Amino acid sequence: MSEEEISQEEEIAVEPKAARSPAELVALVEALIFVADEPITMRVLAEVLEEERDAIRAAVEQLAAEYEARESGLQLREIAGGWQIATRTEFHEEVRRFLKTRPSAKLSIASLETLAVIAYKQPVTVPEILEIRGVQSATSIKTLLDKRLIVAKGRKEAVGRPIQYGTSKEFLVQFGLKDLSELPSIEDFEDLTQGL
Amino acid sequence: MSETQDQYTFDFNKEKAEILRDGSDELSIKIGDFAGPLDLLLFLIRQEQANIFDIPIARITEKYLEYIRLMKTLDIAIAADFLVMAATLIEIKSRMLLPRDPTQATEEEMEDPRQELVDRLLEYEKFKTAAGMLHERATIEQAVFTRGTAETDGDNSEVDASVFDLLTVFQKIAERHKDEIKMEIEREEISLADMIRSIKRRIFDEGELSLLKLFEEMHSKHELVTAFIAVLEIVRTEHIRLLQSVTFGDIILRKGESTA
Repeated sequence: MSEEEISQEEEIAVEPKAARSPAELVALVEALIFVADEPITMRVLAEVLEEERDAIRAAVEQLAAEYEARESGLQLREIAGGWQIATRTEFHEEVRRFLKTRPSAKLSIASLETLAVIAYKQPVTVPEILEIRGVQSATSIKTLLDKRLIVAKGRKEAVGRPIQYGTSKEFLVQFGLKDLSELPSIEDFEDLTQGL
Repeated sequence: MSETQDQYTFDFNKEKAEILRDGSDELSIKIGDFAGPLDLLLFLIRQEQANIFDIPIARITEKYLEYIRLMKTLDIAIAADFLVMAATLIEIKSRMLLPRDPTQATEEEMEDPRQELVDRLLEYEKFKTAAGMLHERATIEQAVFTRGTAETDGDNSEVDASVFDLLTVFQKIAERHKDEIKMEIEREEISLADMIRSIKRRIFDEGELSLLKLFEEMHSKHELVTAFIAVLEIVRTEHIRLLQSVTFGDIILRKGESTA
């Protein structure tokens, strides 16, 4: 989560180009993040509002801090390279009751393993996934493609020119990641498993 | 999916039917929560409390084959991956039983036959743990909700209706309209003769007349019945054709060609 980084950078001097007060910019940023269907990037915010990226950053972080400070039912999250307004996790039961939704079907262990291999080894081909998992992954790959969590990323210049797969933006959104670098390093898992 | 609860009480025949539907990849989970041969092997090593760097290959192979026998009646495609591992295990086991060739073996060449398998297991285990991490993240993420999609021109699907659909809706409106008709305060009685005359005039003036339109204009049950009888009478006595383009659609009264 991003809360820790917020407080330190609050004092960045904001000099709005247009005659906007910092508070006004925070409000504007909130309005745009609210109406955006997808996580909205700093770049887009800066373009639309014709402000410096630093000013936008300060405004976004100010906004996140405000949500945090007043214990809002909403939180500002950095997801898939952009910012998003979402409900707080602790209210999930009530929100779900209102929306009348149930948690969507979980991925099978096989699909999760396949996804993990693709996420860490991308771009990766089917035979390479087989090599690591020791089992055919065709059904899992189809499931992941259907759920738009992975996408084909060209073909490998090898015998048979197999299709290479990689994770999608949807993957970042569904797994709450800012970007792929936020995934813990695979070597960390090595330490974890060796410790057992 | 609730396959996890049933893992010890599965019925092979029943499972088989499900496998055909779900595809081969999910099978391994259904029969005991194993995502593949490496997963099964890791489980057996854990269960035997063996050291992964010094696998008691004979014991593990035996356990593994026991499990394979249980699975053998199942889908061949999936069993194949497990059988490859069984073959690998047996091969390692036999290589370990062979006495080492003292003339050839230098230190480097005397690699443990289990080494490659251990490397694969360790590599696999990292991704298995990573899969667990993804699972946790997804679970947390499912507790977070974003605003619903705002309605824009983009999500409005265009009207997709045929002429028939439109007509059906139109007739329903017409029917509802008829139901609403209350007792008229000013009751104007119209005789059958007048009705016939008026309808005939309209047909001959306009060339054709929609029955639906005609009946809709009627203000009372009495008028409706009169109009209906008038239409029957007109059809019987005049050169009038009744046209209906769609079953249950509107009927058009059209002036007939002045043939004999």
